[in-house]
Amino acid sequence: MDVGIVIQQTLNALTIGAMYALIALGYTMVYGIIELINFAHGDVFMVGSFVTLWLLTTIGVQGAVNDPVQLVILLIVMFAFVMIVMGLVGVLIERVAYRPLRNAPRLAPLITAIGVSFILQNLIQATYSTANFNIPQVINTDARVSFTPPSFNLAGVAVTSSKVDATAIHIFIIVLALALIVGLQLFVRRTRLGRAMRSTAIDREAAQLMGVDINTTIALTFFIGSALAGAAGVAWSLNYGLTKFDIGFQAGLKSFTAAVLGGIGNTTGAALGGFLIAFIEVFSSQLGYSRWSEAIVFSILVLVLVFRPTGILGQQLAERA
Amino acid sequence: MNPLRALLFWRPGSYLRQGVATLRLRSRPVTAPTGRFFGAHQSLSVIVGMAIVTALLPFIVLLPPFSGFNNQTSFVDGFSQAGVWVLLAVGLNVVVGLAGLLDLGYAAFFAIGAYTYAYGSSPFSHNAIPFWPMLLVGAAVAAIFGLLLGAPTLRLRGDYLAIVTLGFGEIVPVVFNNSDTYTNGTNGITALGQPTVPFYTAQGFDLTSPFGSLSFGFGNPVPYYITVAAIIAITMCLLYRLQDSRIGRAWMAVREDELAAASMGINTVTTKLLAFAIGASTSGLAGVYLSSKLAIVSPSQFGFTVSFTVLAMVVLGGMGNIWGVAAGAFVIYEIQSQGLKQLNVFFQGVNLPALHLGFVNIDLATINFLDYQYLLYGLALVGMMLLRPEGLFPSRRRRAELHDVDDAGAANQEIVQA
Repeated sequence: MDVGIVIQQTLNALTIGAMYALIALGYTMVYGIIELINFAHGDVFMVGSFVTLWLLTTIGVQGAVNDPVQLVILLIVMFAFVMIVMGLVGVLIERVAYRPLRNAPRLAPLITAIGVSFILQNLIQATYSTANFNIPQVINTDARVSFTPPSFNLAGVAVTSSKVDATAIHIFIIVLALALIVGLQLFVRRTRLGRAMRSTAIDREAAQLMGVDINTTIALTFFIGSALAGAAGVAWSLNYGLTKFDIGFQAGLKSFTAAVLGGIGNTTGAALGGFLIAFIEVFSSQLGYSRWSEAIVFSILVLVLVFRPTGILGQQLAERA
Repeated sequence: MNPLRALLFWRPGSYLRQGVATLRLRSRPVTAPTGRFFGAHQSLSVIVGMAIVTALLPFIVLLPPFSGFNNQTSFVDGFSQAGVWVLLAVGLNVVVGLAGLLDLGYAAFFAIGAYTYAYGSSPFSHNAIPFWPMLLVGAAVAAIFGLLLGAPTLRLRGDYLAIVTLGFGEIVPVVFNNSDTYTNGTNGITALGQPTVPFYTAQGFDLTSPFGSLSFGFGNPVPYYITVAAIIAITMCLLYRLQDSRIGRAWMAVREDELAAASMGINTVTTKLLAFAIGASTSGLAGVYLSSKLAIVSPSQFGFTVSFTVLAMVVLGGMGNIWGVAAGAFVIYEIQSQGLKQLNVFFQGVNLPALHLGFVNIDLATINFLDYQYLLYGLALVGMMLLRPEGLFPSRRRRAELHDVDDAGAANQEIVQA
């Protein structure tokens, strides 16, 4: 037993979980409002990481930015730019591929979603390539707080301790994700547009009768969801400094699992699920099952769907007639 | 068939509307109540149709544009490979097209079938069970896995099923990849046994040896070609009969309105489970055949792209129409394996000037069209769903259903006007 490793891995899990949570929010919001599994959402995240790469290359950033003022400005520019671009991409996808099929049999938009996912992957593959791309890590990877928790004896069991590195990147991503999650909650609960989104999710026709513009509301949902996936893409770039055309598939599946685990349609649940999945993944790797971490995550997905399809925080969903 | 109906159905107009798909000797409307007689009729047309297609396809090498591409052996080899995809597509058609369940992990059953054969007949497993019984074993094992996966998950809402199957499709290759002791890991299992000619031994015809011992060999693709054509023909006959049976009608009822079907006394879970198992077993058949043809199985053959490609084939061909789906699969496979390559060769040959539109440079001669394969699938899926959801060769009932909304809208209009 090593308490240092546990703390370190908790930090890692929180960082990865922050990204999963951001992506899962998009899944859950879209599912909540139009009952569609947006298969292309993971690829929106992937495109977000490539937009980050493009932006940094265009600005001419080579590596870590050490001047704090410049760094803050750069981070604001990165997040604002990527989130807006990805939000617009999300709106475009909804407009072209999903809106015309809103009243079609349910199979139809699912199939277009898969189509869009492959289009996004292939556009990136065609513009870049199938190689790994290095993205400059603008936050210095050496900026960190290191400490060693004390070793102690617990009921005769010696608990050792190794050094913990809390890097600035980890802390930044965790804080940022929490801020976005809280911000989204406030938006959905407190604003007029948020109320429009909630009412559209509950009963689209009734909302329309109450004067809610359905098309704008759904487009807004896609904008916010995709912008959050874009933010996750920037976070990924900061954390790993690396991207590839197919990272969206795995991340998307895991985030979807997170959304289901938390209770699909429920934004708090999605965030919670994201962190849970990350903990499961990180600690199963720590215990030596890294090759099986995907299989473990999907088995959890299947088990949750079978035994508690509403997830941890979800409400009972009726079959749509 | 009564003369009036025959007249109505055979009139030229209905040919035009239904397109090429009608030229399959079928002489009954899809929506007609179907009995034993028509089932038999369909089987006959499938067998005759497959025999004609199988006999004529190799001669495509004599036609001008194709004759330059390849020699006849490569063509036949390509066709026997295409047969695998046709099998996969007609199997997935049962799940997606007939029962309306989105299965995104179809490649998993393909993998299970292939590995079943690898256990049945390879030096790795120290078994040497002949190919023919293994076909059935592979199909049965895949069906069992289909039931195991389907039983808990088919009670779920349809889109959850899609994601569960997607997860399953991801797990299965991972399991085959990681269980080194049982599957030889990433390297896969090699030197699988080859199929043998039934009733033939090295000495010639032998009635006492039903599975034969004269091996197909590697150089000559013709036996593989004939085998896959026969497997496809038999599968298609069975599927047609299922489709026209009580079960087939139940599938379509569940697809069109699950609630209504349930209130009509259809056990929706068993019905869906059966579709799932039959789809899986067809995939298992394809797996056994492919592994025996390639003599190797490895986890990398069964990724998500396989499931996706088969789905694209089913959607393009026309969900619910067995011949349409088979044709769609064949055409897509040939485009993917031959057409794109030939496009490369063509544009490298003609020397078109490169286009420079602002920052976009298009030089057809340097584009590798093979890189854009999945982009094309993606565009095709979105385009088909938006413009022609019933597919290129639609089944009539499916088309009616998919255009339901428009018709309902039109009907409402009429009521308003009246």
